[in-house]
This record gives sequence, C-alpha cells and structure tokens, in this order.
Amino acid sequence: MSNNIKIDVHHITRVEGHGNISVDVKEGKINKVEWQVPEAPRFFEAMVIGRGYHEVATITSRICGICSIGHTFASLKATEAAMGIEISDLTRKLRELLLHGETLQSHILHVCYLVVPDLLKVNSVFPLIKTHTEVVLLVTKLHRLANELCEIIGGRTTHPIRARVGKFSMMPKKQELESLKKRLTESVGDLKALAEVVKSLAGGIPDFTRETEYLALTNDNEYAFYDGECKTNDINKPLHVDGYYDIVNEFVVPQSTAKYGKFNRESFMVGALARYNNNYKQLTPLSTSVAGMLGLKGPNYNPYMNNIAQVVECVFAVERSIEIIDELLNTELKVEKKEIRTKAGKGVGAVEVPRGILFHEYKYDDNGICTEANCVIPTNLNHNNIQKDFEKYVKENLSIGEKEMGFNLEMLVRAYDPCISCSTHFLNIEFK
Amino acid sequence: MGSKPKVAFFDFACCEGCQLQIANLEEDVIGLANLVDVVEFREVLTGTAPEYDIAFIEGSITRKIDEERIIDIRNRSKLLVAFGQCAVSGGINRLKNNRESLDQVKKEVYGDSYNMPHLDTYATKGVDEVVKVDFHIPGCPIDKTEFLNVVKAIALGKAPSIPNYPVCIECKLKENECIFDLGGVCLGPLARAGCGAICPSNGVACDACRGTVDNPNKNAMHEILEKYNYTVDEIKRKINLFGVNPEAKK
Repeated sequence: MSNNIKIDVHHITRVEGHGNISVDVKEGKINKVEWQVPEAPRFFEAMVIGRGYHEVATITSRICGICSIGHTFASLKATEAAMGIEISDLTRKLRELLLHGETLQSHILHVCYLVVPDLLKVNSVFPLIKTHTEVVLLVTKLHRLANELCEIIGGRTTHPIRARVGKFSMMPKKQELESLKKRLTESVGDLKALAEVVKSLAGGIPDFTRETEYLALTNDNEYAFYDGECKTNDINKPLHVDGYYDIVNEFVVPQSTAKYGKFNRESFMVGALARYNNNYKQLTPLSTSVAGMLGLKGPNYNPYMNNIAQVVECVFAVERSIEIIDELLNTELKVEKKEIRTKAGKGVGAVEVPRGILFHEYKYDDNGICTEANCVIPTNLNHNNIQKDFEKYVKENLSIGEKEMGFNLEMLVRAYDPCISCSTHFLNIEFK
Repeated sequence: MGSKPKVAFFDFACCEGCQLQIANLEEDVIGLANLVDVVEFREVLTGTAPEYDIAFIEGSITRKIDEERIIDIRNRSKLLVAFGQCAVSGGINRLKNNRESLDQVKKEVYGDSYNMPHLDTYATKGVDEVVKVDFHIPGCPIDKTEFLNVVKAIALGKAPSIPNYPVCIECKLKENECIFDLGGVCLGPLARAGCGAICPSNGVACDACRGTVDNPNKNAMHEILEKYNYTVDEIKRKINLFGVNPEAKK
C-alpha cells in the first residue's frame, strides 16, 4: 500500500458548526495533520454589555440552540453568584430536571441522527427511514419525550422561557408531571432496546486509545450535572469553579492562532466520557449495567467511546428525572415571589452540558447592568484534545489507507459531538 | 412544482436552534422527507448539490466571505427562504451593532489578538440586506408548526401566510393576565403574532422576537405606556434585543 495520504475535508458534515480536516503524508512522512475551525465569531461577551441582569440569560441562551438550557443555567448561576441571590430547593430541582431533559434530547440527537449513520456506512439518517424504520421510530419517540419534558418544565424545548434569575416564572401542573413520569418509566424499555441496537453496531467503533486529562464537575451527592467542583484525574482535590480561569488556561499556540486550553497535560477532554471517567462510581445501577453491556468500563481512554458514554448518560438522565419528579409530586408547586435587589459584583456559574463543562462569568454594576462577561464553551476546550488525538491516530494508522483514515478522522470529530456554532470567543484555527 | 422539490439548508452566524426545531418535528420529519428531496444539509447529511428549488437560510450575515457564500447560494436557488430571526433581521447578533464600535467589540472578546484578519466582522445584517429573499419565517426560535405549514404551502406553489396582527390578540384569546398588570413591560402590542403568545403564556414579557407587525399601532402603545407610567425609552431599549427595527417592514 502506498504511504501517501492526502485528506482535505472542507466543512465536515453531521456536526454543529464548521470544521475542516487536513492531512498530508508523503512516503510515510507526516507533513501535516490539522483540525481547523473557520466558524464566524459572534461576540456574545460584547453583546451582553450594557444589558440588564434579567436579560443576560435570554441573550446568552442564544449561544447554542442545542444546549440553550445549559447556557441559561450557567448564566443564571453566574448572575445569582454575582448578586448573592439564593435559590429555593424547588427551583434547584426544576433546573436539574430540565437539564436532564436537555442531556437526553441532545445525546439522542447526536448518537442516533449523527453518529449511527457512520456505523451503518450511510450518509445520513434519511435512508434509515426506509431501511431501519422501527429504530428510527424508536429514536423519534425518545427524542420527542425529552423535548416534551423540556417544554413542560421550561415552557419551550429550545431557549427556555420559565427559567429566570432566582426562580421559575411558571410551574408545571401535577398532572403533567404524573404523565411525564409514566412515560419516562415506560421509556426505560425503549432505551434498553436502543442500547441493544448500539451494541449490535459497536463493532464499527475504531480501536484507539490516548489517555488524557479528563475535566468535569463532581460532587459528593451524585453524578454531577447541575452543580459541583472541578475534578480531573491529575489533581488530588477538586477545585472551586471560581478558579476556572486557572484551570482552562486558554492560550495562543505560537504556530497557530487558535486559543487552546490545557491544565496538567498537553491537552484535556471534557464531555460525557470525561464525566464518566471521573464519576462513574456514582451512576445508578441500571446505567452502570448498560455501560457494562456496551463494553464501557471506567476509566476508558478511547475517545470514540464518548458516544457510548452518552448512551449511558441517557439512561441515567431518565432514572434521575423519574426520582426528581417523585420529589416534585410531594412538593407544593407555587411560583415564588422574589424581590431582587441589584448590587455590584462578579460571579461564576458552571454546569455540565451535553458536550462538557461550561463556564459563564459576569460582572455587574450597582444597577444590575452587565459590565464584563466571559463564556468558556466545552467545544472550545476539546479542540486541543481533538488535534492531539489526530496526531496519534495518523501516526499509528499510516497503513490503513486514505479512505479509511479520512472516514475514521471524521468519525473521531463527531465522537466529540462538537458544537462549533457555540463560538463565543472562538479564535479561528489556522494551522501552518 | 411537479416532482419533489430539491431542498437545501444552510446556516450562517446563529445558534442553529431553528434547524433543531425541524428535528423536533419528530415523526413529521419523515412526512416532510416524503414531500421534498433534501439534497444538502451539512449538519445531518453528507453530500452537496449544484442547484436547489428551495434554499432555506438560517443565521445572519456578519463577514465578507459569508456575503460571497450567500450570493452564490442565491444564484443557484429558484426560491430562497430566510428562517429564524437571525436570518430575518440579524436577530440577537445585531446587538453588537449597537455598541460604540466594532473594534471595541473585538477587543472585549479577543483582547490583544483583536486585530487578526480572520476575526474580522462587520455590522450584522439580515439575509435580505444582501440578497433577494422570497419568504421570511420569523422567530427566535421559529415555531416548528409554522415552518411545516410554510414548506407545505411552497411545495404546493402557494405563498405562505405569516400573521400580521399583534401578540396581544393571541394573548387575549388565551385569557392570560396582562404582563403590564403584573408589573412588567411587554412588547405584545407591537410584536408580530404567530407564536401563540408563548412568553406571556409562561409568565414572561414578550421581547418581539418575531419582529413587529407591518404597521404597529404606536398610539395604542403610547397610551399603554402612559397608563402604566413607563417611558418610550424603555420600549426602544427592549425592542432592539432581537434586532428589530419597527420602522422596517419585514
């Protein structure tokens, strides 16, 4: 087999946003291995300046349509931290539930609509409507359920309306919660069936490992999504989110114009696999057994397995949602009257969104007007790790040929579920 | 259109939340896939096509290279539909146009690197500020049922209909308590309906994310402001959240 490889994928498909892959190998010598991102920058941190505290989450929610709920919560938490606003147990439960709805929605969409076509070697989900009708209907049923959860709790599937600073503007009806619980309970069977489908296709997942630093929120009480401290496999004690700046360490690489992140190693990974590797002992019994069935054991160093970790998290999201609904059904659901007194301050909010840890930070003046903002997006944090994976993968697989290498590199990018349109302060990557 | 129309989807500067609403049609997407032939849709499909019967455009135009791309798409499309408020008016991305200068905006986000050529950005534009747009589907995000109805209408060769009455009408039909009575400032009297007054129905003021009606009744708005003791400035500040210019007809 010739050892010349030339791959130029301009605007990789089936990912959110725009990215390019460029590989050049001549006679076995690697001249170039690049993951490039030419997305239009959108300048959110400048857009919120001068706006009132009550408008900021409405704006920053629009960073990403897929994880608008997560952005809303990171934003609300940062604003609440800046002004010393406490939230009630009820508000916290509703937020957790809504976040699980988003995780389920996003993971199902990603694994089933964007990744499964790779495993079946087709160009999209559309041909599967004819060839795998049952599976497609199962997937749309689960996706619909996740969306309806978000609608019942947040008032809308995307860009939630009810989640406000310090409270929810409207409560779900008990009847809605009861029916939701019933359907979530029934969906466990559907999820198991889906896991079986994924298992039957898992042979298509490339065998590749590169151990890296895994960064995710953690807390003592549960597998962390809504709240926690920053944990990695390279530190002994979790760090408070307020210190995020010194954890993500965004920097410009001399040979490129991309802002990268790194902490204790050359790169780190965030997302479902990072959460799983750091916190898998806190998974529920059913999600643990699904992980076992799909061959995922912690810690796992194959980035392609991020998709399997996403399936495991779907099961967890459903199980936790049922528990939270049970708690809500025993609570008086009443819109809270919340007097907000604006005051100057600075605050950080962090949550785990489908693609990994997300930070928002704002500074407000005495009138509650935003004067400074910073948003650190999980997809950005992963770019450095994707690049390092590329370098190792290409080096180890020079003999597989151009076609398969191109396919597997595209699949590797998709495994990370990048959401490139979340490009709040994205530097364009120009590899030389 | 006789045979199935060839349809393509493209996105520019936006959150892609509007194309997500299409995925959220769930089983109806299958019906949609039977009605049209999706030939290009980068987020869900590998493949491209030379020309399209209908191009759906999401997102706003913020760079010269994007302007060139949308002109090229327009040249290869029989019909072009702008969907979502970013494509319709620039949407939330237009907020950056209100700041002192674009250099200031770039400095705030990129610090010392702000002047690098690839970070170049110009004042956000809606799609019809660059190319001819045949139909607009407003909203942040779009309403998925409205989207489906528009596609059906176009596939049948009809002009789609978007409401041209204010959100207050839909709100009253739902018998919601008025946001002004609850102590908020609401754009419902000016805003274009079609969302089912979704925000006031969830206890939150309308931000006019679908733009305003063609001829907003400013006198009525003034009366309301006077009655509840608010100033015109409060409305003006609020209405630019989604890039809406009440003087422009969209």
